[in-house]
Amino acid sequence: MADIVLETRGVTMRFGGVNAVDGVDFFLRRDELRCLIGPNGAGKSTFFKCLAGMLTPSAGEILIDGQETTGWHPHEIARLGIGIKTQVPSVMDGLSVRENIWLAALRVLGRQGADGAVADALERLDLGDLAARPVGQLAHGERQRVELGIVIAARPWLVLLDEPAAGMTADEIERLAAVIAEIGRQAAIIIVEHDMQFIRAIARTVTVFAQGRILMEDHVDAVMADPRVRDIYLGKKG
Amino acid sequence: MDLATVLIVEIFYSIAVLVVISAGLAVVFGMMRVINLAHGEFLMAGGYATIVAVNAGINIYVAMLIVAPLVVGLIGLVVERLVIRHLYGRLVDTMLASWGLSLVMIGLATMIFGNTTTGISPPIAGFAIGGYQINGYNFFIIVVAALLLVAMYALLAGTRAGLVARGTMQRADMAAALGYSPDRVYMVTFFCGSALSGLAGGLLAPLVGLVPTTGGTYIAKAFITVISGGASIIVGLLSSATLFGLVSQLFTFAASPVVGEVALLVAAVVLLRLLPQGITGRFFRGRL
Amino acid sequence: MSGRPQIGATLAVLGAFVLLALAAPAVLETYTLTILLIYGLLAMSLGLVWGFGGILCFGQAAFYGLGAYSYAIAAINLGESTLPFALGILVPFLFAGLLGAMMFYGRLSDVYLGVITLVVTLIFFKFMNSTAGPEYAIGQARLGGFNGIPGYQTLNVPGDPDAYIFGDDFYYLVVAIVLVVYALLRWLLASPFGRVAVAIRENEARVELMGYDARLRKTALFAVGGAVAGLAGTLFASWAEIVTPGLFSLGQSAEIIIWCIVGGLGTLVGPFVGAMLLGYLKFALGQQTLIDNTLVLGLVLVLSVLLLPRGVVPTLGQWVGLARRRRPRRASRRRLRPARGGADG
Repeated sequence: MADIVLETRGVTMRFGGVNAVDGVDFFLRRDELRCLIGPNGAGKSTFFKCLAGMLTPSAGEILIDGQETTGWHPHEIARLGIGIKTQVPSVMDGLSVRENIWLAALRVLGRQGADGAVADALERLDLGDLAARPVGQLAHGERQRVELGIVIAARPWLVLLDEPAAGMTADEIERLAAVIAEIGRQAAIIIVEHDMQFIRAIARTVTVFAQGRILMEDHVDAVMADPRVRDIYLGKKG
Repeated sequence: MDLATVLIVEIFYSIAVLVVISAGLAVVFGMMRVINLAHGEFLMAGGYATIVAVNAGINIYVAMLIVAPLVVGLIGLVVERLVIRHLYGRLVDTMLASWGLSLVMIGLATMIFGNTTTGISPPIAGFAIGGYQINGYNFFIIVVAALLLVAMYALLAGTRAGLVARGTMQRADMAAALGYSPDRVYMVTFFCGSALSGLAGGLLAPLVGLVPTTGGTYIAKAFITVISGGASIIVGLLSSATLFGLVSQLFTFAASPVVGEVALLVAAVVLLRLLPQGITGRFFRGRL
Repeated sequence: MSGRPQIGATLAVLGAFVLLALAAPAVLETYTLTILLIYGLLAMSLGLVWGFGGILCFGQAAFYGLGAYSYAIAAINLGESTLPFALGILVPFLFAGLLGAMMFYGRLSDVYLGVITLVVTLIFFKFMNSTAGPEYAIGQARLGGFNGIPGYQTLNVPGDPDAYIFGDDFYYLVVAIVLVVYALLRWLLASPFGRVAVAIRENEARVELMGYDARLRKTALFAVGGAVAGLAGTLFASWAEIVTPGLFSLGQSAEIIIWCIVGGLGTLVGPFVGAMLLGYLKFALGQQTLIDNTLVLGLVLVLSVLLLPRGVVPTLGQWVGLARRRRPRRASRRRLRPARGGADG
């Protein structure tokens, strides 16, 4: 089982009387790219927040690279070499694009290595022209890209992305899929996503959440064809 | 036995004082998320209004219960229109502007009344319990504090105006869509909060020697009572006033008034460290 | 990165400051100038934690007073000023570190931070006021309650207790200290630590997700702010030759905040200038009795919150920036700080 990099055992998150996440057992292999999908309120984002340390699960345990990380702070999780991008673009509005990304690279690579990593991230996300602009002035999709830049500049080996395609234009989504595929060459990835087209473009294995539990886990085509998924997810959508 | 009676009365009294001095601030903070750091000076203004009225020959109860709230309510109205109105939603800026206001009011009071102590004597005589002398006026404060809480609850929970006010504070946009002007509601709420501060100032006037800087002694206590209470106006006010009143009075008895004050402050620091959302952030959630 | 233009700006500020500091004694007594500089230093300490760290501290006066008292108490006991001087910085530094750790590891939000710092200041104020009795003494130093502590050794040349530093010499010493502190703080802010601190102000959650421990860094910044305030208090103690509980008063805290607001947050120069201007205003107002001092201070605070939400220095900077953009040739040789960004100066 050496190639399992992330595992959860019975992770449960209770809010008041409701189990938003209800005893989820989940694992991810090295270099795997996994999408978490499900209708609103299925618990996928809550599960994501537990993994990222933004919530402490009410029960169950989380192991990252064999180490139990249940209840760790986000900064401790990040220090394991994990890149995290939250749902709402979370960037430092008052700082420039370059500074945003530089701060991420700085912690991992130090002052010498940071500049190279920043240049690399700017290039890969096509942010070079915007490098000097304060992030607060950018459009939503551009801010999403900046946050991706923050994630990749730290050279993570495991990446957690919560709805990275939200609010992006079709062009941007296409480029995003390419970037994610590239990240996937060096890192395992978990993506929480709504946009089915985007999922088709990037995913192999998909985990479907419903009512706080894992409904099924299979290749994206099999999931799409499954009537249960259509009922709970696509059915609700249209 | 006598000592126990006196101690209980004193504890109730110190809880009542906290309720009275914090009520105005609680309404303004609880309803409007505005922290009025000039609250202490509103109390001071209520005190001066009472003393001036009494010296002009007005009955002391009329002065305390009617003149002081009206005068300070009007001051509040002016302040709201001129300053606070422009800063809604900017918590820190309102705090700072109202701090400036408090300095302005201290300055004005110094220029008008001078930097000397003035006062009036309590209208109710003291009496003895066993070997201990008790201030009769203290009972009056306890009764007023209780009535105040009941009245606030009745107004907020039981009347149309209270409902409109609560609705506006939750969702100003929805209230506006229903035809209630948030601007008006804020104005009236601030008036009420200021009037309560004025009432408190009036009630305290016979108890303290009033100087222009008197407000400073109360603002911190009122401030921490309200903040420690948390989001619920009435339950929060009552629970934190009870806790702090108890703590400060017990330490006053055990050591000295200064230790009592310091104990109150230390209790507040510890409490906020343990319950960062205030008492009602953890307990009694969703109550008024 | 982005280090070099800041070095230029810092040198420009330092140069201008030296010229002004040398010219100023022609206009004002050095005795008055010294206290204005001390106020400036105190304002910078809050400008650092509030303007760059986003930590609103209502109790910066606590560290100021603590520095002054630490110095006075140690000076009475030791009789030579070198170690007391160090203690006047160290004690507030440690205390701010402890208080900060308590608050930031508890993840208290803005308002509660304000309450706690305010309350802690009040505790000092009440406690110091109540220490009139002879039982309140540390070594040979009686705390003295409301009357404070007089008659301690003021600053002397290190190692020589009889060589007092006073008058013009003291003024130039304070000038030098201000220079050094400003340069050190600019260096700190340009360092990775400073950049991360500003990032925490902008978005604490993101910085945590990058793997930085925001709690630790805020605590450290808060402690540095406490040390600078303590240094100001230490210098004040030597200037005033008496320390009183008034140093811990709410009025003192209010004044520091007003300096920062009027001068402008997000810069170090702003609060410094704000403190000098308002300190002088207070001094000038103190010469007359027509208008109450407090009234004017209050009005200044209200009006600057309403009309100058960014403060004087950034607003001026903005005007200069606008003028520069309109007439690029004329202003091109002046390397003033950009008005935007809020992280410079």
